[in-house]
Amino acid sequence: MLRVEKLTVKFASRFGDFTAVEDMDMAIAPGEIHGLVGESGAGKSTVGAAIIGLLQKPGYVAGGTMTLGETDLRSLDRFEAHVLRGKRISMIFQDPQTSLNPLMRIEDQLIETILAHEDMPVEDAKQRAVDLLEEMGINNAADRMQSYPHQFSGGMRQRVVIALALCTNPELIIADEPTTALDVAVQSQVLDLIRRLADVHKVGFMLITHDIGVIAQIADTVTVMRRGKLIENGPTAEVLGKPKHDYTKQLMNAVPPLDRKIDRFMVPNSEDTEESTTNTGEAAKDWLLEGEKSAPVGLTLKDVSVAFPGVRTSIWKRPTPFVALEDISFDVAPGSVMGVVGESGSGKSTLAKALTGLVKPVSGTMTLGGTPLPGGKDRSRHHPSRQLIQMVFQDPFSSLNSRHRIGAILAEPLWLYGLVDDEDARRKLCADMLALVGMAPGAIDKYPHQFSGGQRQRIAVARALLARPKVLICDEPTSALDVSIQAQLLNLLKDLQTAFGLTVVFISHNLSVVRQMSDDVVVLRNGRIQEQGGSEQVYGAPQADYTQRLLELTPAMPKEWLAPS
Amino acid sequence: MRDFINRHEGLWLFTRSPAVIIAAIVAIAILFGALFAPWIASVNPYDLASFSLMDGLLPPVWQEFGTERFLLGTDDQGRDMISSILYGARLSLMIGVSAMIIATTLGVGLGLAAGYFGGRFDAVVMRIADIQLALPAILTALLIDGIARGILPTEMQQDLRVVVLTLAIALSLWVNFARTARASTFVEMNKEYVQAAVMQGQHPLRVMFVHILPNILGPLLVIMTVDLASAILLEATLSFLGIGLPADSPSLGTLIRIGMQFLLSGEWWILWIPTLFLVALVVSINVLGDFLRDVFNPRLR
Repeated sequence: MLRVEKLTVKFASRFGDFTAVEDMDMAIAPGEIHGLVGESGAGKSTVGAAIIGLLQKPGYVAGGTMTLGETDLRSLDRFEAHVLRGKRISMIFQDPQTSLNPLMRIEDQLIETILAHEDMPVEDAKQRAVDLLEEMGINNAADRMQSYPHQFSGGMRQRVVIALALCTNPELIIADEPTTALDVAVQSQVLDLIRRLADVHKVGFMLITHDIGVIAQIADTVTVMRRGKLIENGPTAEVLGKPKHDYTKQLMNAVPPLDRKIDRFMVPNSEDTEESTTNTGEAAKDWLLEGEKSAPVGLTLKDVSVAFPGVRTSIWKRPTPFVALEDISFDVAPGSVMGVVGESGSGKSTLAKALTGLVKPVSGTMTLGGTPLPGGKDRSRHHPSRQLIQMVFQDPFSSLNSRHRIGAILAEPLWLYGLVDDEDARRKLCADMLALVGMAPGAIDKYPHQFSGGQRQRIAVARALLARPKVLICDEPTSALDVSIQAQLLNLLKDLQTAFGLTVVFISHNLSVVRQMSDDVVVLRNGRIQEQGGSEQVYGAPQADYTQRLLELTPAMPKEWLAPS
Repeated sequence: MRDFINRHEGLWLFTRSPAVIIAAIVAIAILFGALFAPWIASVNPYDLASFSLMDGLLPPVWQEFGTERFLLGTDDQGRDMISSILYGARLSLMIGVSAMIIATTLGVGLGLAAGYFGGRFDAVVMRIADIQLALPAILTALLIDGIARGILPTEMQQDLRVVVLTLAIALSLWVNFARTARASTFVEMNKEYVQAAVMQGQHPLRVMFVHILPNILGPLLVIMTVDLASAILLEATLSFLGIGLPADSPSLGTLIRIGMQFLLSGEWWILWIPTLFLVALVVSINVLGDFLRDVFNPRLR
């Protein structure tokens, strides 16, 4: 049905043309789900945009052919392309929050789309809309249709978006990261829906995603892309199960398995790290070990609750507080890794903020190695825990001050805590530390924007280590990274943790990643602990219903496809 | 050269927009003329001995009776228009720039602190800003002028006119800076690099000025240029209404006020030349300000 041959897309820029996609081949049959995987910047979304004719300026199709059925997609003029969009090709975007008009009722959005492409009475269009929503699994659709988008939950909203894409009976639907913004449970429902639509309606799906687990679960065929080039394509089981190309192999090796813990990811350090031969960071290592002479310390939380002021509904009544964390108690043994998992809104990040003193718990006690840890503003700027607890943040693009040089960023903890007084010595140590985390020491004079996400995250780790911490809190440190970079960073964190006996609190929504990292696990949901215990025990024999369901719904790959441990 | 331009996005955009290039040339030429007025101007308009009533009301050189000695003509006192305008621009720019600098310091300082500390301090500062916004600039200027007259001895009043005017303008402009700085600070406060600094226990002043300030400079720079234009206009308005500078030390606004008397009398140049000059200056600064806004806000491009 859809045939793409030798597709080349270029972007005009002030440095001349930049080739985003080169010689891309792809074919999608009716009822087929075709997965398009690749890391960020691989050109996946560009391929989708080129097919549907929504390529943003200054991008343009420089060569190749694209045909849908008998129609040559490249020869269409603007008007024809407009008619074809929606009628024969639809698109589902990543964020259901922004792809629906917040000021229009669902009903009006659906009817508008149907009438734009088909001439029929409004009543019929309405009936079609109701039927579609029912089919999407929205109960009582005739009533629910009167609601506005904000009255639906994220998963429901994505169903409405899918209904919107489907309401003109298109032949092909391009889904660009349709489940990335959703939680595991909702993701699995949406994926089931897509599978069913492909089977029942014989719609072809092009599923663009960075998540190989999703592809493995529902795609019939898969195309692996890298830097705008086609690496490998074919049936999913063949490409992912018996990859021929080295890059696909590396990609599969980097996927953290859910069902077992592996010691290290078998990934080569890619171009991302610049290993230096002259400086291996030994000096930084010695310096850190010198600070680690005293025994590692543990972290204990007892009945910690955090509440935020709620929305005021009346002038007279006090607003009911929103409880983000309720009676959280756990022990992190000295030198061990505690994993914290939970879906969005479960209070994971609030926990990190409570530990680092950014928010103040309303009740409960926190202790660090036996000494009490005051919360929020009660923790003075000179409290020893300011140094002992360090954090690695989620977003490597905002966690480093973009106006400061790497050297200045790294040196901050050194003078702040009075660890190294001499400026030259500080500079030397920062360079050594960069080498220790696998970066070229020359990075010291550059600015953060000159580095990729993975490299910045390494810098963030270096900054945390330069404070000589005892406890490291990692809040979703890899969720903004590609799998291969994620694997490298996880390797690095593991190495550093064992070398320096750090106590780590590792927070993530990704169950597989947490399994690889942690000794003990806490499962959070809506601010409460659902289950806690040794990592192997929780993953191997989950007790709580919630944990069982989470583990079941996480897209996993057949065991034999993944790297042997 | 090409490579250098290509590497810097702002420069690259600059080379592609003729309006901005013209605006930059005009603004730089005026700035240059104003800075070096004593060396460029043929006469010193403040020095009564350097011009003569005999030369009064001469038209520009291209009109009948125009002479090459006075390219743009003279006013009724026989002062060379070019010299008056250059000296006037010097005074206008000086007041405008200093008012803008005072407003920036005051506004950014208060806005940053309000955004950083939030709560009661924020509420108080922003309510003061609201009150300030409700007072027209002219009223503020009159108020300060009145206070200055009341508490300063008479002989100092003349000398301090410039200071009073500058303060009045600065006071009516700081709100813009405070609001922008506060809003941008709120945004930055949620970013992880600020949280990292707070978490490490860095001093609030350091977090504000070393971490947050460099990251919110973009929007502030835009307001600085736009407000520089407003400051110059405000000074012209106040002087035009007679609240500003006296006739013996003419700024652009004073020149326009003097010219008003000749509006319908046939000596058009006395009014129109300083007016057009002021328009050119303000428009070119505004065009530059808009350009800066585009550079700093890629979404508008």
